[in-house]
Amino acid sequence: MRIAVLSGKGGTGKTLISVNLAAAAKTATYIDCDVEEPNGHLFFKPEGVQVEEISVKIPKVDHELCNGCRKCVDFCNFNALAYIKNKLIVFDDVCHSCGGCILVCPERALTEKAKVIGKIKKGVSGEVAVWTGVLNTGEATGIPIIKKLLEESSEVNKQTFIDCPPGSACIVMESIKDADYCILVAEPTLFGVHNLGMVYELVKLFNRPFGVMLNKCLDEENPAEKFCFENNIKILGRIPFDNELGTLNSNAEIAVNRNEKYRELFSSLLNKVTKEVQHETTTNP
Amino acid sequence: MKIAIPVDEKTLESKVCVSFGRTPYFLIYDVETKDSIFIDNSAAASTGGAGIKAAQIMVDNKADVLLTPRLGENAADVLKPAEIKICKTITGSAKDNIDAFIAGKLSLLDEIHAGFHGHGGN
Repeated sequence: MRIAVLSGKGGTGKTLISVNLAAAAKTATYIDCDVEEPNGHLFFKPEGVQVEEISVKIPKVDHELCNGCRKCVDFCNFNALAYIKNKLIVFDDVCHSCGGCILVCPERALTEKAKVIGKIKKGVSGEVAVWTGVLNTGEATGIPIIKKLLEESSEVNKQTFIDCPPGSACIVMESIKDADYCILVAEPTLFGVHNLGMVYELVKLFNRPFGVMLNKCLDEENPAEKFCFENNIKILGRIPFDNELGTLNSNAEIAVNRNEKYRELFSSLLNKVTKEVQHETTTNP
Repeated sequence: MKIAIPVDEKTLESKVCVSFGRTPYFLIYDVETKDSIFIDNSAAASTGGAGIKAAQIMVDNKADVLLTPRLGENAADVLKPAEIKICKTITGSAKDNIDAFIAGKLSLLDEIHAGFHGHGGN
């Protein structure tokens, strides 16, 4: 069972929820796909961490073979190639590794070379396998790292919790596309509703089963809750705007391991989601 | 000698565009013939690498000098090997800047910014 936790903006509570769900599940894999700023490891403090570099393919020019036809320059949507003074220049940092330039080159002057864009770290914290994707600063996209993380996790038959990047862009799509269930985390503000709307559209587009977790709930009107009622969206639970929880979290403590009431909160969320997934697989096999 | 300037409008009186890579037009002014031509900047709508493509347009139009308020690192990496001189514009129209350049009153642009997308630089 793969549960993806996502939200339209950062700081909503994706890491809080995915870390605590994994901790509540005991035997689980926690995957941090927020490769631009992964922070789940701060809570789990994994041990025995193995590091694997992740690279992408970028073009390498053979200047002897290049005849200056510029087909590659014209092809590249990202303008990663320029032809100056009879010489082809490749801008490695701008290249998105689509491989198109290599395909269109009639002279076979372009070949692939590897370029490291980041790494995957795998460690263990109690019974939770903690996998973290790290994208090097300035790289165009973390998708290759997320692909690799999720490919490898599909070979492991354990409950998997995917801590997604914020927003609803390609890296989030990559993170949720094979998820059995999506938990959308929402804040009780109008801005929160806007961001919830973004991920709501996304999970509908990807036809993923989903529910909303309302975070930072106060005793007042909750616009995110209203949005769920209006759109007939399942509310999985409510996390209070709570000083104790905030303090634990900002001290990088896993709340379910520190206080029974939080263990109950996240265990009940886990049960609910597990039932939802079972229900989905029986109704939409 | 050909002078290129990113401009907001297709007139000599136009203001210089604040962006090199995403300017709507380039003015190419020929100092010998005094001809002005305006070209559409096909790099303006690029997904990325607009500076690189705009610099390629400078090279392809055989500009000798570029007058611009600022320039990114990638664009500079195209213009420098192409031996295109880069000068910093002053307040005023495109025409004012051409006159100032011809009178030797424009200084070389020495501050190249690292771009706006985290590429290169840091």
